[in-house]
Formats: sequence, C-alpha cells, structure tokens
Amino acid sequence: MAVQNSGDSLLEMFIFETLQNTEQLEQIILDTEKEDGFSNNAINEIFRIMHTIKGSAAMMSYPEIASLAHKAEDLFYFIRENKDVKYSCSHVSDLILLCMDYINNEVSGIRENRDPNADESNRLIEELDNYLCKLKGASTDTTNSEKMLAHISYKAIFYFEYGCEMENIRAYSIIRDMREYAYDIVTVPENVLDNDETTNIIRKSGFLVYFTSDKAYSELQSLFMNMPFIRDIDLTLTDVDICLQAENENTTSGRVTVESESEKIKNEETLIKQDNHSSGQSIISINISKLDKLMNLVGEVVISESMVANNPDLKGLELQSFQKEALQLHKIIVEMQDLVMSMRLVPLTTTFQKTHRIVRDMSKKLGKEVNLELSGEDTEVDKSIIEHLSDPLMHLVRNCIDHGLESEEVRIALNKPAIGTITLEAYNSGSNVYILVHDDGRGLNKEKILEKARNNNILTKPESEMTDKEICSLIFLPGFSTNAEVSEFSGRGVGLDVVMQNITSIGGSVSVESTEGMGTTVTMKIPLTVAIIDGMNIKVGAKNFTIPITAIRESFKPENGSIFMDTEGNEMIMVRGECYAIMKLHKQWDIETEVTELSDGILIMVEQEEKRRCIFADCLLGQQQVVVKSMPDYIKRIKKVEGLSGCTLLGDGSISLILDPAWLINSEIKYGKGE
Amino acid sequence: MADVKRITDIEEDTQSGRFLTFNLDNEFYGIEIRYVTEIINMMPITTIPGLPEYIKGIINLRGKIIPLMDVRLRFNKPVLEYNDRTCVIVALIDNMDIGFIVDSVAEVLTIPDTDIVDPPDINKASNKFIKGIGKVGEEIKLLLDFECMINCEEEAIIAEKISNY
Repeated sequence: MAVQNSGDSLLEMFIFETLQNTEQLEQIILDTEKEDGFSNNAINEIFRIMHTIKGSAAMMSYPEIASLAHKAEDLFYFIRENKDVKYSCSHVSDLILLCMDYINNEVSGIRENRDPNADESNRLIEELDNYLCKLKGASTDTTNSEKMLAHISYKAIFYFEYGCEMENIRAYSIIRDMREYAYDIVTVPENVLDNDETTNIIRKSGFLVYFTSDKAYSELQSLFMNMPFIRDIDLTLTDVDICLQAENENTTSGRVTVESESEKIKNEETLIKQDNHSSGQSIISINISKLDKLMNLVGEVVISESMVANNPDLKGLELQSFQKEALQLHKIIVEMQDLVMSMRLVPLTTTFQKTHRIVRDMSKKLGKEVNLELSGEDTEVDKSIIEHLSDPLMHLVRNCIDHGLESEEVRIALNKPAIGTITLEAYNSGSNVYILVHDDGRGLNKEKILEKARNNNILTKPESEMTDKEICSLIFLPGFSTNAEVSEFSGRGVGLDVVMQNITSIGGSVSVESTEGMGTTVTMKIPLTVAIIDGMNIKVGAKNFTIPITAIRESFKPENGSIFMDTEGNEMIMVRGECYAIMKLHKQWDIETEVTELSDGILIMVEQEEKRRCIFADCLLGQQQVVVKSMPDYIKRIKKVEGLSGCTLLGDGSISLILDPAWLINSEIKYGKGE
Repeated sequence: MADVKRITDIEEDTQSGRFLTFNLDNEFYGIEIRYVTEIINMMPITTIPGLPEYIKGIINLRGKIIPLMDVRLRFNKPVLEYNDRTCVIVALIDNMDIGFIVDSVAEVLTIPDTDIVDPPDINKASNKFIKGIGKVGEEIKLLLDFECMINCEEEAIIAEKISNY
C-alpha cells in the first residue's frame, strides 16, 4: 500500500511539475516572439525546461514525452551552441508550441489513463529532426570546427537544491543522462536507486561521480548546470590517462581556465537567480480537497456558534459576560472565515495569460494582426470559479478576432487603427467580479441577428418591442451564428452558448453591448465565490428556502387591486405599470401551508438576465450569509432536482433549500385548479 | 506500514460474516456491518420535491447533509407512522453517506458463510435486493445487498416515468 501511495504522489508530482513547466515555457515563447528572436536567457531557460521534462518523463517511463522533449532539447542545444546560425523564430515557436500541446495533452491523458499517442509524437519528432537537419546543413562549417576531443577523465560532485527531495532519484536521472556522453561512470554512493539511505549521504556530501568523456570541460559544466535541481557542481579534471594527449590538453586547459572564469560568472548569475527563486517560494501547494474540508468546517463553526449564542435555553437570562465572550468568539470566527475564503482566491493572471496563445494562433491563421490588452488581471476569484472561466474567455476572444475585428484594409478604409485591439478587463465590485471582453471591431449587426432569429424561429417577442440589449442577447442562444461559413475557429454557433452555460452554472450572468462600427463589449458578472452566498431565507409551510440575494429585486406585500387573472387562471400582478407573473411556491411543490391568499403572504420579485417574476411565500425569515452545500451525491444521481441549486444549514440546525433563480424565472408555473 | 496493513486485515476479519439485523413488520433483515457507520434516532426531515416516494428527504447529521431512504417504501410495504423505535442506519456505500429508515434495529450477529444460502429464483426481477438467506438457529434473516438498493434506482425511475405516460 505504501509503495503504491508514494508512486501515486510521485506521478502526481510529475504531472504537476510538467504542467507547470509547459506553462512557463509557453509564456517564454510568447514573450520572445514579441521581441522577435530568442535571447540567450530564453534559450537557456527553454533548454533547461525541456531537459527537466525529458528527465522526469523518462524517470516515470513515458518514452513518448521523453523522446520528444529530447529532440526539442537537441534543437535548442544546437541553437545555443551555434549562436550565429540563422533560424526562423516564428517557425521554432510554432514547433515548440505544438510540442507543448502534445505534452500537455499526454500528461492530462495520464490522469485519465489514456494510452499515449505515439504516432503524434513521432510525427513531431520527425518535424523537429527535419528542421534541425536544415539548420545543421546551413551551418556545417561551424560544426566542423568543433574538434573531437579524446577521452578525458573527470570528477564531478553534484549538490542538489535544498529541500528538493528524492535526491537519490534525481541522482539516478543524472547518471542516466550522462550515459549519453560519458563512459566508465563510477558513483559514490553506489546503487542510488536501491538504497534509500543514499538520499541522506547525497544531501550531506553531494553526489560524487567519476567518469570519462570526450566533451570539453566547459561543455560539461554548462550541461550539468542545466540539469534540474542542481544547486552547485564541482567539476574537476583528473589525470589525463594518455600522455599522448598532453599536447592537446595544454591547449584545451588554456581554454578551460579562460572559459571557467566566464563559467564562474555565469554560475554566480544562476545562483543569484536561484536564490531569488527560493526566496519567492514561501508558497506551498495544498490539495484543494483539504481546503474544501477546512472551509466546510469553518462553515460548521459559524453555524454552531450561532446555535450556541442563540440557544433557546439562554432566552430571558441576564448573561453579560457570556454575551461579551460570545461576541469575541464571533469576531474571531468571522475573521477566520474571511481568511479561509481568501485562501481559495486565485488571481486571474494565468487565465488571462492563456488568451495570449489563442490570439497568437488565430492572428497567424487568419492573417489579422491583433493587439491584446489586459488589465486588472490580479483580480482574485474563487478557485472553483476560475475553472469555469477559461472556456468562456477562449470562446469570446475567438469570436472577437473572427467576427468582431475587420481585416486591415477595411479598418484603414474606416479610419480606424490598422491593428485591432481586444481588451480583457477585470475588476471587483461588491461581492461580484466583472470581466469585460471588448473589441474595437465592427460591432453586432442587429438586422442580421434579427433576420437569423426570424429564420430560426427563436423570437419570443415582436421585433418592434425588443430593446437593443435584448437583440444583442439573442446571440447567446444555442445554435446561433451569423457567420455563414463554419471555420476552424467559429461559426458553429456553439461558442457563445457555452459561455452562457458556463457562466450561469457558477451563478453569474452575461450581457453584451454593442455599437455598430465601434465594437462590442461582453460583460460577465461573476460572484466572488460560490461557497458562501448572501441569501434571503423565506418560509413556505414548514419548509425553509433560501434565495440568493443577488437575484432579488424587492419584496413587498401585494395590494389586492393590483392582482388579476388571465383566462386560464394564471395570476399576475401589476407593479408600477409593469406586469409580472406570480409563482406560488406551495403550489409549485405541493407544500402544505396555511398561507394561500396572496394578501396574507409576501411577494419577492426575482430578476435574472433582465427577466423578472414574483415569487409568493409565507413570510421572510431574514437575510443571512449561508454556506452552500451541494445536494448529497446520491440524490444528484437519482434525479437532477429542478429548481434547487443546493442546500444550507440555518442557525437552528435545520436545513434550508437554496432556490435556483434561473429556475424560478424560467420554469413553467403550476396553477392549482378550483381556487 | 506492514503493521497498519495487518491491523486493517484483522479489522476486516472481525467484520466479515457479521451482520446488523433490523426488522420491518415480522421479517428480519441483515446488512453487512462493514457498511454501517452509525445508528441514529429519527430526526426532522427536510423533504425535497420531485424525488421517488421512498427517498424521504435529507437530514442534517452534525453538519453533514445525508439523504434518507425509507426501506419499507423501497420494498413496497405499507407506510408505518414513525415512532420512537424507528431508527436510521447510516451507511457508507460507494463513498456516499446514506441513511436507511427501518422499524427498529435488533442486534449484531455472526453468520458464517456455511449458514448462508442463495435466494431461490422466483422470477427474474424479484429478490434483486437479497444477497443471501442466513440461518440463525430457527430464524431466517434476509441478507440485503445495499449496493443494489441504491444502484437500482434508474430502473425504478424509468418505470415511474413509463407509468406517468
């Protein structure tokens, strides 16, 4: 059991590390592409990342990933060693990004136990190979000047980064890497893999390796420094075994001293960099399920605190000091709750950064230059919400580029800047986060939308009565696309529907504003967190319900005169000149209650996506922050309960069901007959 | 580590062949003790609209929301008003906590495998919840397959839907 466990955590670590590495790599590539050419730093960094991926993939025995990373590493090795070689930066970027996609895909495949796709990897390897050959062909003269050196013996001591863990395995992967260019390898301690004790030895006195190689000192030094998790190495020449090489050696050692000088400087640089790195690492990663548990527990504490403080046994008692202490407890708990909440908050940075890639790929394919501007990416959102955001953002950005922005010629003709701009903006407001996707393209053509809607028969209102906003919102309906042709990127009419679904599933809403010729702005309003909401507790018969406060517009006692019925017995109410349908919760769900007359209860007007409806309940119990709990899995499995988005515990320990505002607005209203 | 494994082994050993018995009307039923987390008294139930009749609703068990299934109704027995002998057996099945409402719980018995026989085939659909029939002295205990009881929902729902049309 223990073995399997550690294997799992090893695998988990591999997946985590690799995904992080690929993300970093993608960032580097996108950055360098802007500068048009890889800087030395970038090349080294890419090389190092590829090397890490290769090493760990080989260690976890994923040969496809390892060999692909190896090839990519070869390419960058070549570019690094032959600085003057001409290469096409964008082509290399394309290749590497493809590799990244493949590796990402494979790594997530590991989680799902998918079989590796060897064909794809081979194809990519071949492509890399071809390109490398081409480069090599272009610079044969430079490679020729590299002399083959005879075998030289070395002694190397590797020191690993503090706290990198599993030193023996890291050491083993070094040895395996070295086999490619080194012979007669002897290590101290021996058999690093079989003996766990070696970890401590390596940690204390470093990992000592004797070997011979035909590579030059400087070459080895830089190779070693680029290995993952190496803090420092001590590479020394031992006796050159063949006297014949003495002459040769003289010339090389001269070079070695000079170069080792510069190596030293480089080493120092890397050391400083690594120091910076480690000082920034006061962050630990925690399993999200643990956080969820903690959050649940804190939720429990909040509830039981109010149960204790408002205990019926205490009613009527004069308890001054108790009240004081209870208040203190309350303060601490609220603080604790805030802290736990903030732990789950993640900045939008990575989600926003991902759009760079989409913009890059699409602008290349479509030949439209696009300027992407980000603002407010440090806005923090709950982790569970972030996961639902990347898809919608992707679709929206794609739409902007494909439909929104005009081609360069058109833009110039319209007196607009030649390069279109897409702006992603995020900001906090109250308990909501707003994310805006804006483009300065052609805007929505209302006529076209209406025409399409007419053809598809999805109009619910006469056209003349529709406001601009309502017309614009039509584009979020499933299957709606004004694009005549289906392209690789959009036109199937699925995208915006996905946006809508994803955002509403996390309790947010989407709206769109557009001025023809000036551009379109899509605004996503998202709750800061789904775990705790502000709710209004209401009572129907013996049951409690909670409506999210964000969906409530107002609540009022109906006046008798304003209520009327249509021919089918549907009740409606006129409020300030507007007419709303009434949904009686007790009828809807057959709940026994004494309050059946509208004048005895209370009406709550709920609103979502511009639609409103009045909900009839017995009475309001009050507003409260509630911890949202999902329905038990068993119930979810039997049937998707309509109208309920979860449940929560009230102060007295009873359960309140949380009503789903979308359902309240959109479901069919049941009317009891014979009343 | 090996010790831990041994202990869990022993624990499993002590649990195998042991059944918690409860009764509905005059029949005695048994459920494997390894499923059972605890036995609690009846609590106020929050009903949820739109569920099969035998799912009574959810309760708040020390902060955990647990669904309740009325075993009587599951077996199509007549409704019996809950009284102070009514119990809820909280069981962990497929990583889900589920409460089963029974008339009353009896005792924990050890029934060796040799005393358990397969239920007779009456027809295809019947006896799907019964894993075996245990003999304890003169008495008969129907040993239930709780996993089936919570997994056979789909059929029930389909049947219900068909009858609605």
